[in-house]
Order: sequence, then structure tokens, then C-alpha cells
Amino acid sequence: MLCLTAPEAGVRVSDMEYEPVIGLETHAELLTESKLWCRCSTRFGEPPNTQTCPICLGMPGVLPVLNERAFELALRAALALNCAINRPTFFDRKNYYYPDLPKNYQVSQNYCNLGEDGWIEIPVDAELRRVGIHNVHLEEDAGKNLHAQHGGAHYSLVDLNRAGTPLLEIVTRPEMHSVAEADAFMHTLRRLLLYAGVSDCKMQEGSLRFEASVSMRPAGSDGLGTRVEVKNLNSIKAVRGALEYEIERQTRRLREGRPVEMETRLWDAERGRSAVMRTKEEAQDYRYFPEPDLLPVEISDRELARVRASVPEMPVLRRSRFERDYGLSEYNASVLTDSKQVADYFEACVAAYDSPGSVANWIMNEALALTNRRGIGIAEFEISPERLAGLVRLLNEGRINARVARDIMHKMIDTGKDAPTLVREEGAEQVSDRSALDPVIQQVIEENPQPVQDYLAGSKKAVGALVGQVMRLSRGKADPKLAGQMLRQKLDRMQ
Amino acid sequence: MPISPDEVEHVAQLARLELTDQEKRKFAGQLDAILTYMEKLNELDTSGVEPMLHGVEGRQPARPDSAGPSLPRDEALRNAPESQNGFFRVPPIID
Repeated sequence: MLCLTAPEAGVRVSDMEYEPVIGLETHAELLTESKLWCRCSTRFGEPPNTQTCPICLGMPGVLPVLNERAFELALRAALALNCAINRPTFFDRKNYYYPDLPKNYQVSQNYCNLGEDGWIEIPVDAELRRVGIHNVHLEEDAGKNLHAQHGGAHYSLVDLNRAGTPLLEIVTRPEMHSVAEADAFMHTLRRLLLYAGVSDCKMQEGSLRFEASVSMRPAGSDGLGTRVEVKNLNSIKAVRGALEYEIERQTRRLREGRPVEMETRLWDAERGRSAVMRTKEEAQDYRYFPEPDLLPVEISDRELARVRASVPEMPVLRRSRFERDYGLSEYNASVLTDSKQVADYFEACVAAYDSPGSVANWIMNEALALTNRRGIGIAEFEISPERLAGLVRLLNEGRINARVARDIMHKMIDTGKDAPTLVREEGAEQVSDRSALDPVIQQVIEENPQPVQDYLAGSKKAVGALVGQVMRLSRGKADPKLAGQMLRQKLDRMQ
Repeated sequence: MPISPDEVEHVAQLARLELTDQEKRKFAGQLDAILTYMEKLNELDTSGVEPMLHGVEGRQPARPDSAGPSLPRDEALRNAPESQNGFFRVPPIID
């Protein structure tokens, strides 16, 4: 997928080892109903330019008013990323011209970011490594451009529905040194943002976007080489591709004795390569200055404490707590904490029925299998955690067998009734009473001479077929373990 | 330090303004006068003075996050020199 040209003939190529220095900027759209400075909806996928007003269109004489939810979500994210909070914080104008930016400036933060000097822990080689967060700030998103070519006429179309959507920008320090680390960072950050409920992180809808900066230095040194920025990274996969490409490109240049130029490149995911977007000479001069239309935002001690309390336990910590407190395997703990909804569901189940191991198995093997198949989240699952716990309890107490339990789970969804009610109504209680099972066992042995013969001839596996028949005749209610035991006893006596 | 016409040209370009040579000289002089005046402020000892964050006293009020009506699309597009299928239509953008 890398398509770089071979070195020119006669060029001496060194074999110096280089290591990349990677920093990432992440943009995440915040989960609000309305835009950052006006009440236009932020809903995705609406017809073009149906969610605009004089404020987000950049008409003269309008005044932005801050969306309190957007500010709170940004603050929550900054706290989740262990940032120091600037109080008060304020907004700045970032000036540039582009058709998707109707005001010709973006309201962002530069001189006094909401959060600074934070960190995030990412898993690298089975250990946790800290990556520094340079700053976290709140800004507005731009609109969308569509590049059209129609009968030889070139033009662009602009949709401003997205203009003014609250956007969180998270800037790391240049502290990652491999594609794998960058990958771990992106996954960890995405899960953190989902956990904190600040963004839906839907990359296919542009809710989560990245920009990378990459430089190379001799392996083991601690200097910084010339930095190249790569834009247009709309998925984690795109970042990986762009980093691999850039590391290869810069290493080759350095080994050939050619300097890396400071430039901004644009990633082309389809072709798996990047191209120069602008050089150092054309570097943007954004002329940041404090936004005069907005006053500084104060955060009281009480407000800060309230938002701090709303930061949920982070996935990495929750996973180790699940292993420690519930005795779950590392794998089970990681599956159950992958999303906050599933982890909450699990803990609510355990609160109702303190049997974490069997609850974990039932959620992973049955509930999640079902919700995944139906393409819904556990939060939309019809069976409440308390009711699922009730079902697992019946199963563990031996009152129903696993097959019946599965059947009851489906009926719970269809009827909205709880497990004990359904078991009673269906008469589905497991038959674990020897005297009740005895006639069935007898009948099965009489009606199935072939497996009986096989068993008697030494094929112990044949008992499985007979248990199957017992289950069929008892309409699934027999305790299969007991049935197997009774069959073997009876057959062994026939020998 | 006097402002040169080249600096005026740079700033004008950033603001997408086209200036004649005469205007560049004129604005260089004006900008120079403003900046020289502002330089005077540096003579003041401001150590121990809290930086002023905004020219207006007070703190930013916020509004609840609830969506309200937007402009009808025709209205939104009405000032645009060109539109097409509900989009603003602009000269081609080369990324």
C-alpha cells in the first residue's frame, strides 16, 4: 500500500535507525441537542442548510450565546483527561477564509484553554503508559463542502448545517513513538469520551476526526526533527495508514540525506497516500485574538465539584476493579467494560443477584449475542438487569435448565413478563425428581434399541443420544445431568 | 519600529484586501502612529495588576441546550450570489 519511489541511482543511503515522534489532535463533536452559539439543531443527516440561522450563518449584528451543556461536557472531558482547569477561561477568534466558515473566523480557544496539562493512560505491551495532554478546548465546527464537477463546470457546494456544532479539541504532547501507540491512544480516548458521555464518537458521521503531526529522530535520541502535519484523517484506520506512510516517507528521505520539509499534507484514504497541502512558506497565520462578542466564562467551586463528580470511573480502572472485586477473567472484564452501558448493566445485575461469574457468562453469551445480532445497545434491551438477574438465579438454583432459560429469555422479551412468572405459567420448572423422571427414562430405553446397544457395546458416548430423547419427551424440562446419571445407572445394570 | 509597506501588504493579504501603493504608504503611517501610541503603555509598571480579560465587566451568561426553529432554507440562501439544490454554490475549492 506504500507507493514510494526507489532512491535515485548514485544516492548514498544510510542505514541509520530512526524513531517517529507522534502527536495527535482529536476533534470530537459534543452530544448536544443544539449548536454552540445558537438554538439550531445539531441533528445529523438533515437536508442541506435546513439547520441555520443568522448566528451560525455569520450575519452582521448577531450575538452568540453559550450553550451551557456544551461547556459542561467540555469541562467533563477536560477533567476526565486529568487537566488543570483555567478559571475563568475565554474564547478567541481564529481567522481564516474558507467557504465552510461563514464568519471568516472560527470561535475557538488559544490563549486560555479550558483544560491544560492533562494525561491519559493507554495500554502498551500489557502495561499502562501515560501520554500527556497539552490542552483540551471548546470550539465550533465548520460546515461541509462538496466538490462537484458537472459537465466540465467545476464548483463547490456548501452545507452549513454543521457550522457552529460544539466541537471538543484534544491536543496531545508529541509523546507517542509507534503506530501501535497512536492506535492504543485513539481507542482509549474514544472509549473515554463514550464513557464520559461527551460524544457519540461516530466516525462515519464525522463525530470523531484526527490530525497527526509526525517527525523522525535517530532512535534513542531525545531531539525533535522537522514536523509534518497530516490532515483529513476521518477514522482510526486512516490515522494508522497515514502514520505508516509518513514514517516510511520521512525515514527514506533522511536515509538518503534529504531533509524533511516542514509542511501540511492531506491524506487520501482511497489511494493510501498523502500529498502536500501547503508548505512552510504558505503556513497559515490565524491572527488569534480574544473574541470580543463573548465574555470570559467563570466556573465556580461548586460547579467544578459538581462536574467533577459526574466524571465516571474510567474504563481502564473499571476493568481492573471488575477483575479484582468480581473475580472475572481479564477477557471477561474487558468485554464487560468495553462500553459503559454494558458495564452498568452488569453491575446492576450483580446488585440484584450476587453471582458475578454466572451473570457475566449469561450477559456475554446470551444477552450481548442477542443485542449484537439485533444491532441494538444493551440500554435498549427489553430485559432489565434485575429481571435478567432473576433468570440467572433460577438457572443457578437448578429450577430450570440452560435450554429452558434461553427459551424463557426470548419469552420475556415477547411478553414483558419476568422469569419466575413465565416459568410458573409454562410449567417449565426443571424436573429433577427421580421418581418423575423414571418412567421417561424407562420409555426412552425401550424405544431406542440402537443407542442402547451401542452403549452396552462400550460406546459410552451413546448416552448423549438417549439424554436428547429424555429432553424431547420432557419438553426440555428434565435436568439433563440427572437424566444422564439415571440412564447410565439403568444401562449399567442391564449388562 | 516603523511599519513597512511590505508589512501592510502582508496584513492586507491576510484580510483579503487589495490596496494601491498609495494606500499602503498611507496605512503604514497610520498603523505606525497607532502602534507607537500603544508602545507608550509599556512604560507603565503593571506588575501586580490582574490582566483584564475583556473590555466589558461581567461573566458570560449561558443558555439551556434546547433546539429551536431554524430559518426556512429559502431565507437562509437568499443573500447568496448562487445556490443549487439547497446548497450555497461557490467557486471551486482546491484543497
